[in-house]
Amino acid sequence: MSHIISVLVENKAGVLAKISGLFSRRGFNIDSLAVGTTEDKTVSRITIAVQADQRGIEQVVKQLYKLINVLKIQELEPANIVERELVLIKVATDAKNRAEILEIVNIFRANIVDVAKKSLLIEITGTSSKVEALRELLDPYGILELTRTGKIACTRGSKRL
Amino acid sequence: MRKITGSQMIIKCLKQEGVEVIFGYPGGKVIPLYDTLFDSDIRHILVRHEQGASHAADAYARATGKVGVCVSTSGPGATNLVTGIANAHMDSVPMVAITGQVATAEIGTDAFQEADITGITAPITKHNYLVKDINNLPSVIKEAFYIASTGRPGPVVIDIPVDISTAMIDENAEGKIDLPGYKPTYKGNQKQIKQAAKKIFESKKPVIFSGGGVISSGASEILTHFAQKAKIPVITSMLGLGSFPEDHPLALNMAGMHGTRYANMAFTETDLIIAVGARFDDRVTGKVSGFAPHASVIHIDIDPAEIGKIVDVTVPVVGNAKDVLTDLSQRYFELDNRKSIQKKKPWVDYLMGLKEKYPLMYDKKSPNLKPSYIVEKLYELTGGDAIICTEVGQNQMWAAQFYTYTKPRTWISSGGLGTMGFGLPAAIGAKTGRPDKTVIDIAGDGSIQMVSQELATAVSNQIPVKIMLLNNGYLGMVRQWQELFFKKRYAQTCIRECVDFVKLVEAYGGVGIRVTDKKDVEGAIKKALEIDNVVMVDFWIEGEENVYPMVAPGAPISEMLEWEY
Ligand SMILES: Cc1ncc(C[n+]2csc(CCOP(=O)(O)OP(=O)(O)O)c2C)c(N)n1
Ligand SMILES: [Mg+2]
Repeated sequence: MSHIISVLVENKAGVLAKISGLFSRRGFNIDSLAVGTTEDKTVSRITIAVQADQRGIEQVVKQLYKLINVLKIQELEPANIVERELVLIKVATDAKNRAEILEIVNIFRANIVDVAKKSLLIEITGTSSKVEALRELLDPYGILELTRTGKIACTRGSKRL
Repeated sequence: MRKITGSQMIIKCLKQEGVEVIFGYPGGKVIPLYDTLFDSDIRHILVRHEQGASHAADAYARATGKVGVCVSTSGPGATNLVTGIANAHMDSVPMVAITGQVATAEIGTDAFQEADITGITAPITKHNYLVKDINNLPSVIKEAFYIASTGRPGPVVIDIPVDISTAMIDENAEGKIDLPGYKPTYKGNQKQIKQAAKKIFESKKPVIFSGGGVISSGASEILTHFAQKAKIPVITSMLGLGSFPEDHPLALNMAGMHGTRYANMAFTETDLIIAVGARFDDRVTGKVSGFAPHASVIHIDIDPAEIGKIVDVTVPVVGNAKDVLTDLSQRYFELDNRKSIQKKKPWVDYLMGLKEKYPLMYDKKSPNLKPSYIVEKLYELTGGDAIICTEVGQNQMWAAQFYTYTKPRTWISSGGLGTMGFGLPAAIGAKTGRPDKTVIDIAGDGSIQMVSQELATAVSNQIPVKIMLLNNGYLGMVRQWQELFFKKRYAQTCIRECVDFVKLVEAYGGVGIRVTDKKDVEGAIKKALEIDNVVMVDFWIEGEENVYPMVAPGAPISEMLEWEY
């Protein structure tokens, strides 16, 4: 099962390596990992999507807490969060199918951020399932490149982690 | 404002932390540090291989309860420390390892003798630091000692580039601890403790399972008092040996792969395990699904990650063993102890019967030189008052089984990592910390050859450790597995007759004694204990002696390969 955990860490050198190392060492598979500073510059937030059963996820959280630079951890309840990912997709086009693709992009409320003779660069923000759906539709045209930020998430309401 | 060098600051900070001894080995990137050490009154013990330094620092910590300190140069010096750091990590030993590093400007360039030691040791340290700014040095050292010695203890590495050790810093710069993410819990949750007391009261067949955490938190006394007053039998893990007096009637001794039959049966039949500072290692549980099938578990541990990791826990209590046991004891004895003892009596009587029926055994009538006999004699002749260090293998198990450990910090052995070559440098470290004690390394002929160069360390620093070599001519424990599970195909485990250990120790300036006959055991041990020098007694024990009982790998601990009673 996939879980999203949000980890607040001290923004210091080597912390990310310690965290990602812990996952591989304990045999957990990371689906995605996103990291950046928070409202407080000395603190970074790492959002990790990980595959594990319940006992596994409890261990992950406890083991993460043992890292000295980890400040706080929360396992995010899917029902109670807003989850987003930003993805750039470079898709092959030609004069014939460009309109078709633009249509798809519009339906998904995605953006065209670069246009070239033989390609379009599309930016989409959304949940993983939305991104997946777009990817599937674009696949037949030929996806030249795809890059994603990994999930980030925030709980709804005014409560803070 | 007077300025001092980074090296001077390091030594100043170490002294502030109360460091009296460093085990180490110099090299290019720590020459400035050694230059400062040259004028310092901190004792430095020059080992002959950095692995020896990390094991010695580890055992110094286990013997004294203080933080052990080791030092190496960058690159190969640092990587040579790694086994000892991993060993300390697995057994939760407070240690600070200081490694030299190439200059900050050279980091990442594959400079001469550069190794990414913070990267390498991340998984085997409690925490580590690379100091890139001299102004952080005092705080880093302070935090390192604090982290190593508080909460669940463990090793901390401080990697110090050579230009940091020569840079200048204000003499009065004070370090401060700023660790917002590190707050170990000492006091247990009172509701949980009350719940635990109730569980124990209700239980008809409880056992206490006492681990290394009881020793490191100084909880042996309170645990012993509690067990005795409540009349609850005590099983120890291997690292828990000495946490409860083994000569006590309620002692069920060590459980697990080579544990006593009665301890393993107690685990299998108990309705309540009160685990304190023990982590249910696979060498204790055997096949987990067959472990303690009828038991609820109260798990007291300072590390929340240990709780529920291996076995399901009914009442978790996060906290320091000593604090929690003190509170638990108080809560428990508010209940009707007499009634409780009555309820548990049939169980305790039953276990006492098992203890009588299935003692640890060996062929006492045999005229041959038996390792168990030697260890028993060692116990007798030291009055149980020595510090026993061990190597790894059969020697370690015989040492665990046949010496009687009655006090904490008298048993020093590599548990989690199972490191051959631990024993000799460990004995050196322990004797350095406890010069008043007789310190013995119960050794194997394979293990000792991994570290025999440390004989030079012991002799030249006048650290008169005694090595009792149970020389079976084999990598005996592996040979035992080959005998039992691989049709006696002794692939690469026979090491007989290639080393003359008496000559070896004499070459280093120590004293060697050879014993080939049972009747000479006592005399040789007495002599070894009397001589004020490093002594190795080379006991030529029976080659194919096995350690029993034994739980086959993957089997439940209820199934033991045995002596015929
Ligand atoms: C560094 C290391 N390498 C390999 C092993 C695997 N191993 C465990 S016990 C053992 C044999 C030890 O031989 P010896 O020191 O002679 O002890 P004995 O079992 O014969 O008493 C070996 C090779 C180990 N534990 N540690
Ligand atoms: Mg041997």
